[in-house]
Amino acid sequence: MMKSWTRFAVAALVAAAGVTLAAQNVQINGAGATFPAPIYTKWFAEYNKAHSNVRINYQPLGSGAGIRQITERTVFFGATDGPMTQEQLLAAPGKVLHLPTVLGAVVPVYNVAGLSQELKFSGPVLANIYLGKITKWNDGAIAALNPGVTLPGSDIVVAHRSDGSGTTYIWVDYLAKVSPEFKKTVGVGTAVKWPTGVAAAKNDGVAAIVSQTPGAIGYVELIYALQTKSPYAQVQNASGKFVKASIDTVTAAASAAAKQMPADFRVSITNAPGDGVYPISSFTWMLFYQDPKDKLQAKTMVEFMKWALTDGQKFAGEMGYAPLPANVIDMEMKTLATIKVQ
Amino acid sequence: MRTDDIGFRVSTGLFGALLIAVVGGIAVVLYTDAVSAIEKFGWQFWQTEIWDPIAGEFGARPFIWGTLYSAVLALLIAAPIALGIAIFISELCPAWLRRPLVFLTELLAAIPSIVYGLWGIFVLVPFTRQLEAATPPWMKALPLFSGPPLGLGMLSAAILLAIMVVPFSSSVAREVLKAVPQAQREAAYALGATRWEAIRMALFYARTGIIGSIMLGFGRALGETMAVTMVIGNTPQVSTSLYAPQYTMAAVIANEFAEAADKLHLHALVEIGLVLFIITLAVNVLSRTFIWSLSNPGRAIRRKVRPAAVAEPA
Repeated sequence: MMKSWTRFAVAALVAAAGVTLAAQNVQINGAGATFPAPIYTKWFAEYNKAHSNVRINYQPLGSGAGIRQITERTVFFGATDGPMTQEQLLAAPGKVLHLPTVLGAVVPVYNVAGLSQELKFSGPVLANIYLGKITKWNDGAIAALNPGVTLPGSDIVVAHRSDGSGTTYIWVDYLAKVSPEFKKTVGVGTAVKWPTGVAAAKNDGVAAIVSQTPGAIGYVELIYALQTKSPYAQVQNASGKFVKASIDTVTAAASAAAKQMPADFRVSITNAPGDGVYPISSFTWMLFYQDPKDKLQAKTMVEFMKWALTDGQKFAGEMGYAPLPANVIDMEMKTLATIKVQ
Repeated sequence: MRTDDIGFRVSTGLFGALLIAVVGGIAVVLYTDAVSAIEKFGWQFWQTEIWDPIAGEFGARPFIWGTLYSAVLALLIAAPIALGIAIFISELCPAWLRRPLVFLTELLAAIPSIVYGLWGIFVLVPFTRQLEAATPPWMKALPLFSGPPLGLGMLSAAILLAIMVVPFSSSVAREVLKAVPQAQREAAYALGATRWEAIRMALFYARTGIIGSIMLGFGRALGETMAVTMVIGNTPQVSTSLYAPQYTMAAVIANEFAEAADKLHLHALVEIGLVLFIITLAVNVLSRTFIWSLSNPGRAIRRKVRPAAVAEPA
């Protein structure tokens, strides 16, 4: 730590003196989604070990902030959990590229005492719970999905995120796909108008409500549930199978969606078809200008992305993210080549 | 000598002007960054109860309500306690106990609000939930106590805010009481006043400062963000129920600002900031006017005041 700081200080001094070094020091700033922040931080640190002249700083301010800052060109790259809308793309001063980096999933967590086995949900049932139409745990719709489980007659306490969040985006994107009513009354976004429930900030806030409140249900990122060892439910996928979220079932969702990957990578893979697919999965993206102003930074970042899409992917599994399918990586390599580095 | 004076006057004057410029600058930036929301919603913004970022409909009413309701409730709880602490420390406390008590109240003020919030989530909210669950049915029939026992909600927020406000109000009130001249108290005793009557006289003498200390607490309660958002349930609704999850202006800005990519959403959030700015300003102006009318003799108030000032025998 100390050493790299010293080196950084020396490098800054040398640069200030206007002396050109053999390997030019490059500092690149990015901002955006909090959801992939752990792996991005890991990547930048690992990359710095191999390329000591490259320092990439990432500020996990949220997807919205990432989009805002790349639009205003205050950072070199942005990051987001929900793809930019057509309107947002047009508002940017240049063509913005979306490049998927890894995949994640969102899982339902619940607090119901005395259950004999873990609960199963279907998309429409989750949507109706979040619409406030299913209000008791022993509702016929939940009971039908969980034969043999004795459900209590207590109220369901719905918990959701109070802060705008990519996690919310993925969750409501899924609910809107499986429930026309949810799509109509709530819609899709990083912050929505919830018809029911209480809200807390961040994954840990939602998890705290769920763990403390008997009868509560909430949604958190898969990584968070894995790290905190919280029990989470199985969800019925588009093929009618009940699937529990894991690295494998999320990767399966990506592979299923990869067959129809659009050229700009702006795709939602919730409710993807296939037997082993976990339905509440999503890509997370980095955002770049196709014709960046700073060519040195552009060149460096393209090199970094090549590394992240190949060697970098092996860090995904151990950190709770699913790695990208091979054909998506191939497509991205072609897109990377279109970034103007000269 | 003369030029020195002028230089001194000009430089301090500049600092004073700087303060006005900063406040004015804040107002201007809040306005320009909220302009599309202001143009779209106009005065409706203050009344609309809907907050729907997807549909692009924004109204500040639930947040204004939540902010004022939680701050007023907190003040109702905190003011008597803060005053009690201040009176005890300045008037009644044995000398050996005074220092530790002062130290402890000041320690409370130094705790970061996020720590209060964590304590709120893990200790206060479960406690409130049990309290709410144990509410007898006849009480639950009242609008003040209706709704399911969530723990997260107005009651938790008000209690937490009260705890956070007490050290501020009590410290200032204590200093104010300390500034009451000893001669005032001695005079009261000389007239045969009991201890309570002498203290009441001191309280009356210090009334403007005491009201000021309470208003300081109110200002803090209005603007408190992190701790409140962690326990209030963050649901934009106007409800009189203490058990209902609600929302405050500061909390919604903190929660949604980072992810607000849509321009109208962003401007609506900044306009919430503008509303908070205006309300805080109004509260300050009102309390100033109130204090001024109390401390400014020669008005009608003087007549009302005189009997109490003599510390009449009870």
